Amino acid sequence: MKPKALIIRTAGTNCDKETEFAFQAAGVKTCLHHINYIKEKPDFSDYQILCIPGGFSYGDDLGAGKILSLEFICWFKESLQRFVDRGGLILGICNGFQVLTKTGILPDADFRQKVTLTDNDSGRFEDRWVYLKVESQSVWLKDMDERICLPVAHGEGKFYAEKDILDRIEGNHQVVLRYTDKDLNLAGYPFNPNGSLNNIAGITDSTGRVLGLMPHPERFIFKHHCPFYKYKEVFPFGVKFFSNAADYFK
Amino acid sequence: MIWRIDVFAKKKASSSKIASDIGDLGNFKVAGVYTRKVYLLEADLDSEKMNQIASRLLIDPVTQEYSLSEGIFKVPPSDTQILITYNAGVCDPVGLSLEKAVSDLSFEIKSARTASFFELNGLSKEDISYIAPRILYNPLIEHILEYEKAGKLTTLDEFSGKDYKFDLATVDLLEADSFKLKEISKLGCLSLSLEEMTIIQDYFRKLKRSPTDCELETIATLWSEHCAHKTFRGVIEYSEKNSEGEIIKKETINSLLKSTLMRATKELAHSGCVSVFEDNSGVVAFDENNNICFKVETHNHPSSLEPYGGASTGIGGVIRDILGTGCAAKPFASIDVFCFSPWKIAHENVPQGLLHPKRIMKGVIKGVRDYGNRMGIPTICGAVLFDERFLGNPLVYCGTLGILPKNKSFKESQPGDLVILCGAKTGRDGIHGATFSSKELDEHTVGLTTAVQVGNPIEEKKLTEAILRARDKDLFSSITDCGAGGISSAITELAQAHGVKVDLEKVPLKYRGLNYTEIWISESQERMVFFSRPENLTELEKIFREEEVPLTVVGRVTDTHKLELSYQGSKVCDLDMDFIFNLPKLEKKAVWICKKQKDSKIKPKESYNEDLKNLLASPNIAPKDWILREYDHEVQAGSVTKSIYGINRIALSDSAVSRPDLNSQKCVVVGFGINPFYSDIDPYWMAALAIDEALRNVICAGAGLEKTFVLDNFSWASPQDELVLGGLVRASKACYDFSTYFGVPFISGKDSLYNEYDVSGKHIAIPGTLLISAMSVMDDYRKVTSNIFKCVDNLVYIIGSTKPQMAASEYFRQLKITSGILPEVDRNRAKDTFSNLSRVIAKGLVESCHDCSEGGLAVSIAEMCIGADLGVNIFLGEVPGPEGMLDYEVLFSESASRFIVEVKKENQKEFEACLKGLEFGLIGCVCGEKKLVIYSQTNKQVIDTTIAELRGSWMKTFDEFR
Repeated sequence: MKPKALIIRTAGTNCDKETEFAFQAAGVKTCLHHINYIKEKPDFSDYQILCIPGGFSYGDDLGAGKILSLEFICWFKESLQRFVDRGGLILGICNGFQVLTKTGILPDADFRQKVTLTDNDSGRFEDRWVYLKVESQSVWLKDMDERICLPVAHGEGKFYAEKDILDRIEGNHQVVLRYTDKDLNLAGYPFNPNGSLNNIAGITDSTGRVLGLMPHPERFIFKHHCPFYKYKEVFPFGVKFFSNAADYFK
Repeated sequence: MIWRIDVFAKKKASSSKIASDIGDLGNFKVAGVYTRKVYLLEADLDSEKMNQIASRLLIDPVTQEYSLSEGIFKVPPSDTQILITYNAGVCDPVGLSLEKAVSDLSFEIKSARTASFFELNGLSKEDISYIAPRILYNPLIEHILEYEKAGKLTTLDEFSGKDYKFDLATVDLLEADSFKLKEISKLGCLSLSLEEMTIIQDYFRKLKRSPTDCELETIATLWSEHCAHKTFRGVIEYSEKNSEGEIIKKETINSLLKSTLMRATKELAHSGCVSVFEDNSGVVAFDENNNICFKVETHNHPSSLEPYGGASTGIGGVIRDILGTGCAAKPFASIDVFCFSPWKIAHENVPQGLLHPKRIMKGVIKGVRDYGNRMGIPTICGAVLFDERFLGNPLVYCGTLGILPKNKSFKESQPGDLVILCGAKTGRDGIHGATFSSKELDEHTVGLTTAVQVGNPIEEKKLTEAILRARDKDLFSSITDCGAGGISSAITELAQAHGVKVDLEKVPLKYRGLNYTEIWISESQERMVFFSRPENLTELEKIFREEEVPLTVVGRVTDTHKLELSYQGSKVCDLDMDFIFNLPKLEKKAVWICKKQKDSKIKPKESYNEDLKNLLASPNIAPKDWILREYDHEVQAGSVTKSIYGINRIALSDSAVSRPDLNSQKCVVVGFGINPFYSDIDPYWMAALAIDEALRNVICAGAGLEKTFVLDNFSWASPQDELVLGGLVRASKACYDFSTYFGVPFISGKDSLYNEYDVSGKHIAIPGTLLISAMSVMDDYRKVTSNIFKCVDNLVYIIGSTKPQMAASEYFRQLKITSGILPEVDRNRAKDTFSNLSRVIAKGLVESCHDCSEGGLAVSIAEMCIGADLGVNIFLGEVPGPEGMLDYEVLFSESASRFIVEVKKENQKEFEACLKGLEFGLIGCVCGEKKLVIYSQTNKQVIDTTIAELRGSWMKTFDEFR
């Protein structure tokens, strides 16, 4: 079966088209809709995958992803809960990750915010390529190399949580992507581009079906996306995220 | 009532950035800087509901807390505390978003505004009043909320103006003498000359009535330098004198634009040109489905007064130019080029009324960053240059590229079309922007505060989505942006062929109090105008409602050839289109005095290690990766060559390459040429060299001249000065000569004149600065090459001849030598060099290619080494050029049309055979040792240094910003 993904955009979403392209290239059917269209009939039962792409929803005016997450809670709480319970996949990239944490879909899908993504330690927006250690074999990350590289581009990407929460999600192996240097060592800035606690770049829920990450897999689906593709053989690691989603429903 | 909510971090931390900025200002003993975001809400809600709003909306519960209080001030702030908010009428984007979000929570509030709270411990009240306007706010758009006044406020209405009662104003023009005419122009900020005022007077004498203020404003706007380009389209009496002052050439130029730039394009009749010098940007062919378009704008004047707002509205404006091209193009990349004064000047040396160059630089970069990133348009490349003369007039060039379907490349309109205004509401922003940018700045200009504004990128992002959706459903037939002059120029120009009627009271307003003329000429950002058939309205409204973009029918296209405006049923403007668009041609004088160039030699040295390192550290050469990283240069996933690339990601490319359509193999290459320093000697060669440089940069990537197009952007001082205008004429002539020579047509251009500043008796004029932007279409992105060394043992060539041309070179300017011979573009060889190089790159014979520009071949080779972390040995004796050159000339001369090329040994024969007839030399090879070693013409080591050392010098200049 060809799964169907709903990509939700709103004012300020800006990675929707290339995210849709990446899903389609991997063999996923897509519907890209404005949130106001979905609000008319908030029902996700036609879809197997939900995706919240990157951007600056509502300008990130009250904090990254804040207003969109409020809309999710006000309009979609029940349908989202049903979607998660039914075993659907959710992907939140960058601003989408911020929305998933602020909505409380990550880490526990209980609509209570426990973790956050806050201002980068450098105090500014940065676009740079990072190495990531893949620490899970869950749905989205199945059969991936242990080390991958992807670009990040954000101003509010520092993963932060109180110690008890942090210990719990670490203990549950919900931390699935970590910033490292090129030898997979945990390292400081700029390898960890934002000062994330425990070098966290991405987390899942306890099932692994809901993934939120700051790096942009949809920006590395062609070799030429990589800043050193002319110097060595590179594999466009971003492709795997989307093909894993497609394969999951085969 | 007003509620105040302060949001602060749970872990209180001093802001080291602000503290360090304060440190730059002088010897202040600051003990800690604490900031809070403050929200002011006017609402009839109780504290429980306000607590809900605060806790659910305004804080991040993991990291932040808040406090809630009634009124703007519960207690007077202490001497170390200040609260800053926007001035009445300045756009407050966060306030608007907050109003939207509160309605999601089903609460009703009247209005919301934001403010910033600062506590600067350890400083006195006097210290703070000195520091605050220099670092914390800009009085042109913001102010400090004072306890005495704001403490008593019970409504935020203070910020939204008083009601306006209609009262038609006419200007008594018919009987005015020339003194009175000049006074009317001056008092009304119309920037119209006496000659123009007289023509207007004659027109109204024939009509036997006085003009309304609105009519006069309309004419002033459409005839402004900004909208009408009077200097470039007027008559110029041009003469050239020799250095003895004798006239050697005289010429009457009827429209400099038509006789140089547009003429070149017309004569070239390039088959790739689709729509050039006609629309809001230049349109050229891309592939079987799409065309692409490119526009570069300047936003110099606003950026000098309010760098953040000026730059953000600059980028916002040029994005709308792309949206307003044909029937709307989709923006896919942006570029920016800045010229600033060196940022290390002491605060006391900055003249009164000017901002410190460091603040300008930071503000401009932040403005472009915040707007471009939020729009989701990658800022793919740029350049930054420094010269003291940009102190009062920084230059801010912003450009955007777009892609549009072939069948959407032209506009159509017909009587009966609805005139539709969409996007943001209209306020008093930017009134007189068009006429303002057409005059020199002085201390009094600062009073014209409404000319400065702040952008709201999310408004524009929504607008873009809505327009592109409507375009794809064929719901409108012509569109244009509201730029200088606002709807006055947008509607009038779009309806020029037919005539139009507009009801000004239909225009949605941000706040009360605007009169009909203000509505008409307001330059509020993020608005577009389009024409559509009435039957499309329902579907249009549906799309725009979903995207949350206001859309209003404000008028109708007529067949009267008149511009008719009404307000509440009364006619406020009734002008003939023919009169408006029949601009009087201004006559100006221009003189060019030929200067003799004098060669000058300096004493040769044994080693040029230090000289090379100093050049690499020059702000004009040192890498601006720190700026590029703040731009989202990868969104839309089209980047093929990024500005920052390579294994260590410190290589900087000559140009940027993007794929606007991920389903097509084709890509677009963009490069620049700019060097205002050559202008001091001869603007003719400055312009020729800028074209040469821009073309070199795209050729390096693998593009060919036959699919390359160029754009011109002149930033010049006052054309009222005949010598200044003489330089402009020289530069334009070079544009014609070299555009036709290379066969690359100009497709769009813009000029920004009057870049001068009079302050405390000092007059600063910028050097004549021409930015040439080149854009090429390449058929296959896999053929793109890069500009750093690839592999040990590869051969290194130089193509082109190196001559002792040191005038205004980076090397001579560092040594403060003002004489010397200027480089020239060799019309016998340059084109062949470019064409042959493109051919060998297309054949796959070239591993890497970099042009020689500022700092000459030594800097070029050093950059290729640093980016790759590979070493080379180079032999200057093999560099082609005239006999008897000194080593420093070979190393640092900035002769035109030269490239450093890396070639595999096995390709040597074929490569050399392809270049037969050109000047080139095999000058060395890439080597395993990470060192740059250069041997003199007598085979002595003149440069011998490690790549690490070179990288150190190159990187250190901007370390404070990384």
